Amino acid sequence: MFENLTSRLGTVFDRLKRRGALRESDVDAALREIRVALLEADVALPVVKDFVRGVREKAVGREVLKSVTPGQMVVKIVHDHLVELLGGSHSGLRYGPPPSVILMVGLQGSGKTTTSAKLARRLDRREKKRVLLASLDVQRPAAQEQLATLARQAEVACLPIVAGEDPVAIARRALETARREGFDVVILDTAGRLHIDEALMGELEAVRDLAQPAETLLVADALTGQDAVNVARQFNERIGISGIVLTRMDGDARGGAALSMRTVTGRPIKFVGTGEKLDALDPFHPERMASRILDMGDVVSLVEKVAETVDRDEAERMARRMAKGRFDLNDLRKQLQQMRRMGGMSGILAQLPGIAKMKQQIAKANIDEKMILRQCAIIDSMTPQERRRPEIIHASRKRRIARGSGTQVQDVNKLLKQHRQMQDMLKRAKKAGGIQNLLGRGLPPGMPPH
Amino acid sequence: MAEKRGWLQRLKQGLARSSNSLRERITGVLRRRRLDAEALEELEEALIMADLGVETAAELIAELSRERFGREVEDREIRASLAAAIARILEPVAKPLPVRPEARPQVILVAGVNGVGKTTTIGKLAHRMRTEGRRVMLAACDTFRAAAVEQLRIWGERCGVPVVSGRPGADAAGLAYEALERARREGCEVLLIDTAGRLHNKQALMDELAKIVRVLKKLDPAAPHDVLLVLDATTGQNAHNQVETFRAMVEVTGLVVTKLDGTARGGVVVALARRFGLPVHAIGVGETAEDLQPFAPEAFARALLGLEEETA
Ligand SMILES: Nc1nc2c(ncn2[C@@H]2O[C@H](COP(=O)(O)OP(=O)(O)OP(=O)(O)O)[C@@H](O)[C@H]2O)c(=O)[nH]1
Ligand SMILES: Nc1nc2c(ncn2[C@@H]2O[C@H](COP(=O)(O)OP(=O)(O)OP(=O)(O)O)[C@@H](O)[C@H]2O)c(=O)[nH]1
Ligand SMILES: [Mg+2]
Ligand SMILES: [Mg+2]
Repeated sequence: MFENLTSRLGTVFDRLKRRGALRESDVDAALREIRVALLEADVALPVVKDFVRGVREKAVGREVLKSVTPGQMVVKIVHDHLVELLGGSHSGLRYGPPPSVILMVGLQGSGKTTTSAKLARRLDRREKKRVLLASLDVQRPAAQEQLATLARQAEVACLPIVAGEDPVAIARRALETARREGFDVVILDTAGRLHIDEALMGELEAVRDLAQPAETLLVADALTGQDAVNVARQFNERIGISGIVLTRMDGDARGGAALSMRTVTGRPIKFVGTGEKLDALDPFHPERMASRILDMGDVVSLVEKVAETVDRDEAERMARRMAKGRFDLNDLRKQLQQMRRMGGMSGILAQLPGIAKMKQQIAKANIDEKMILRQCAIIDSMTPQERRRPEIIHASRKRRIARGSGTQVQDVNKLLKQHRQMQDMLKRAKKAGGIQNLLGRGLPPGMPPH
Repeated sequence: MAEKRGWLQRLKQGLARSSNSLRERITGVLRRRRLDAEALEELEEALIMADLGVETAAELIAELSRERFGREVEDREIRASLAAAIARILEPVAKPLPVRPEARPQVILVAGVNGVGKTTTIGKLAHRMRTEGRRVMLAACDTFRAAAVEQLRIWGERCGVPVVSGRPGADAAGLAYEALERARREGCEVLLIDTAGRLHNKQALMDELAKIVRVLKKLDPAAPHDVLLVLDATTGQNAHNQVETFRAMVEVTGLVVTKLDGTARGGVVVALARRFGLPVHAIGVGETAEDLQPFAPEAFARALLGLEEETA
């Protein structure tokens, strides 16, 4: 149902059949699309507004339209800005003097208990820490049994359950046990609570004051909508969080909550949960998250590749020539070259959901690497005069060209026929006034099928 | 556990909290002025922040604008008319969970993504049905998650209803079959089946759910009579995908929206009502057995727009 940003912006810039500097109003149109795309990805509105302001500053003044595909260039600016805001690279966990405490907090059902066990397993296996798990959840039925079961599965120690104990008392017992038995890390799983629940937030403060955690991780669901800002802000103001874990990243939500929470708390996202199993915990990658929010696969590296591949000035010069109905074999050769470079990209293109239009163009172009090489060789074996005026190429010249390029006369015929067809097509297009359309996207026009 | 309160009282309390800041925004916007473009935009933003989604918010605002653009409006009036428009959308989907005396038992399958509140909702439903004097049985078909069976068993004890369960890791469909057999044998009126949380984009897990349905049909072609999809009110636009996929896999018959006691307003329900028209049977406004309320469109919409506590 939701259109991704790349195709949204493609539509915007398609409508501007203009080339040259971006006007203020064009930028506005693009920014409106960015706003909608982010909102549909569940980024909270106040955060979206800030974000769009930031993008405007970056887009204006940059030569967006000088690029081959302004839409894609704007996407790149958006993406880079997003990566920047989502935070640098993975920031690991901080430790205090042992036993170092990690306090897990969050709304009901966000994934605290599961994440506690995942984290314990990770620290045990990867960092060789001795970890003690303890559940402070006296609210949810069987919450403590749940953590105990997960601890068994993870082969990590878990504080024995004592019925009737309150959360602060459990925390105290956990710390004493850890000190006595020489644990490096204590992970305190807490009951889910609403950020507006006075009593339970007060309880959490008491636990915090007692345990002096080195890390307080807010565990939040990647499916969260606009409310993410309220939750993150209030947990941070009240308890003081040091990082965020985003769960259910294995779902298909775009995960705009990541940006919302990161922005309002200023705290890094440290891990993401990618499944129910205990090994499904990964470090956070801002680039992946940004691409996911924008629903566009690895479009950035693609844009970079397109930018370096297609020589825009050259494309424009050719467009002008073609608009005048001129298209000789020199032009065809340049086109073939560009297509070859584009052809090398069809593999990447195939993986991108967002740029269906471009993909179709390339598919239609029917790019065959070897065939293009052969055709270039044929043209290379012609004299400058032959390239400018293909009509002078008769039988003996054809034989010479075929020999020179290591091909057959019929290959030369095929190429000449193709060139004639393209010329016809251009003439027809010129009559229909459509050449600029054909070239407007900066891609070479498709070759007729063979 | 909380003392008994009237349902409207509880609903208001639950929703009042969630609508405070939205109300402040809208009141702040409109107390003074005429309904101009800027005022409309701010109203639209308030709706977006309640998770109604860009499209639905825009349409509601367009409608409002057609009717009242440029007029002097007082904020209460404009909020009331927005609330009325939202209530009109919700009215057709506000239907209680059907009681089916002809079915013996009425089989209710409860599904949804992880952690939304399926098990808790079953506990609440069981509690309500027990107070209505119906004979209820629970089936713990979440054989996957740690202590899921324990959790449901505790709910069973609280409400005084039997719970059918198997070994951890047992086949969920097989267990559902057993439970239905037993519920029949013991003359139960309702069988509530708890299932493991599953993300809708995981095909294998969705197939497992479809299998539960298939197996139940072997015993009773009409079963499951009701398939409830539980949605978490804090969920954003992904709720669309959830409903779409679950509905395609298991013919969802109705929704339950949980966690409306937080600050999330569950506005996506409005968009869902328009798009799918699935009944909303109940809402969850807390963690105790009593915290299940009928879905009341008017109250929901008015509370959404912060009008409830003023009249209360
Ligand atoms: N698919 C998926 N499921 C997850 C992930 N993390 C947790 N879950 C599931 O989400 C559900 C809730 O997880 P819990 O760990 O019980 O959540 P919690 O925050 O401890 O819940 P409360 O203690 O009730 O507040 C369970 O079904 C977990 O298996 C994840 O990254 N991906
Ligand atoms: N505040 C609030 N919490 C709720 C509500 N409904 C459920 N919860 C809490 O949400 C958490 C998850 O509820 P569960 O019933 O275990 O959710 P589930 O869908 O069965 O979870 P899985 O089986 O792990 O997928 C628990 O802590 C519940 O107490 C509600 O309406 N309001
Ligand atoms: Mg828990
Ligand atoms: Mg459950």
